[in-house]
Amino acid sequence: MALDWIKRAFQHLSSVVWLLIGTAREAGDHMARGRLPFRASVFFEQTDRAGVGSIPLIVMVSWFLGLTMALLTGYELRPYGQERLVPGLVAVGFTRELGPLMTGIMLAARIGAAFTAELGTMVIGEEVEAIEAMGVGALRFLVAPRLLAVFLLTPCLVVVSDVAALCGGALISKMQLGMSFRYFGHTALDSLFVHDILDGVLKSFLFGLLIGLIACYKGLTIRGGAAGVGEATTTSVVTAIAAVIAFDSLFNLIRF
Amino acid sequence: MHPVMEMRDVEFAFDQKKILDGVSLRAEQGDRLVVLGTSGSGKSTILRQILGILHPQRGSVFFQGQEVAKLERRQLSQMRGRIGMVFQYAALVSSLNVRDNLALPLEELTDKPADEIEKIVDEKLALVELTEAKMKMPAELSGGMKKRVGIARALVHEPELILFDEPSAGLDPVTAVVIDDLILDLSAKTNVTAVIVTHLMQSALKIATQMAMLNEGKIVAEGTPDEMRASSNEIVQDFLAAAGEKS
Ligand SMILES: Nc1ncnc2c1ncn2[C@@H]1O[C@H](COP(=O)(O)OP(=O)(O)O)[C@@H](O)[C@H]1O
Ligand SMILES: [Mg+2]
Repeated sequence: MALDWIKRAFQHLSSVVWLLIGTAREAGDHMARGRLPFRASVFFEQTDRAGVGSIPLIVMVSWFLGLTMALLTGYELRPYGQERLVPGLVAVGFTRELGPLMTGIMLAARIGAAFTAELGTMVIGEEVEAIEAMGVGALRFLVAPRLLAVFLLTPCLVVVSDVAALCGGALISKMQLGMSFRYFGHTALDSLFVHDILDGVLKSFLFGLLIGLIACYKGLTIRGGAAGVGEATTTSVVTAIAAVIAFDSLFNLIRF
Repeated sequence: MHPVMEMRDVEFAFDQKKILDGVSLRAEQGDRLVVLGTSGSGKSTILRQILGILHPQRGSVFFQGQEVAKLERRQLSQMRGRIGMVFQYAALVSSLNVRDNLALPLEELTDKPADEIEKIVDEKLALVELTEAKMKMPAELSGGMKKRVGIARALVHEPELILFDEPSAGLDPVTAVVIDDLILDLSAKTNVTAVIVTHLMQSALKIATQMAMLNEGKIVAEGTPDEMRASSNEIVQDFLAAAGEKS
């Protein structure tokens, strides 16, 4: 049983890696002929939908999380007269960990669901096969722009998340701890090291790629007709969230 | 001269289930080869073998004398650019309008200038009499219209071989006849080779120059429509009876 499960997990993993390789190769073939790997319009459509569309949710959630984090740490540190540590805690906590993690989870839910449902529906309508049969290359035409969009967008959205969290933290620090915005901003920036920011960005790229790959893979390997779309979408979201959390832990274990 | 398409002793199984069990077919230049079979008999599988989407486990498939399974990725994609495929449910890209669906293979695979692409799109749409639907989305079209757009899309790159998956199935009888006539008309105008799979005997007899009957993974009878009408094969007889050709 367990062995079977592990075997299947590895099969999926290797298929996902092959999806990435196949997509890169098809895109490479096309570029070798002196063309863009895919249509710019399709790419921007994806970035707009997946990225810009995710901003309100990410801002709201991060703002509240930053606020809560400042509130809690301020409450705990105040008796010791150490509330000046609050900005640093929020800043480091978000750039290194919570920003990428929360953004990853939210994108896994939004983008994962969208990509899987879209590609899955196209597979069932034989659209993917038709694109393949024309010799156009479905991986290049459909997967590549989506992957690149989510890969490039995730770090941008993580920055948005970090900023929103700091704003939330600054606001509560002013209200509860009487800290000026200026002081909060200064201390927050001072406490950040380059490697904190770098780690956060690296993680974000990794999460973006993971989410995109899992979502596209689940969509392309859909089974069971229209009813399969719902199921595939759910497993895609669950798998992507689990993968983001697992890789986050792995990354932290290696880096600390 | 080699035939445009040839299958030699093709065997193919999904998992353990044998779908094709030694199928041999050939289509010469200008032929309209119709493969008849019940649903689930492996007709679509045959077309996928020709396109190299599936590969035979035994035997081989040739397009213009080249073995499909031996082509590498880039050659395979080039070969597909020389074949047109009409899917059973048209398989139009639902996010693109009719014009963009037709232009897709030209824009992606050729370096033709925009005005030439526009001209080809208009010409092919006129051929299937759908000029007025140019800017419509696939969701706004009826089944018969979708199928005609699918045919037009399969023709834009002037293929040497065109494959039809159940062209007249799932349509009302009037539209089905229109599609059959369209196939005959195309073939007369362009002399393109066609491989058509269907479960409808009537439409097969009408459009075929060559016919083959697929049953349980094997070709059980083949010949011209007249030879098929005279065939004593039981399965052919069943199909003829169902089509009202014999009582
Ligand atoms: N991806 C697949 N996996 C497993 N079995 C399949 C798959 N596709 C088709 N089959 C089976 O292969 C048989 C032939 O399918 P197909 O070629 O689509 O039949 P037809 O087009 O003649 O209706 C069917 O019994 C079908 O269930
Ligand atoms: Mg079929």
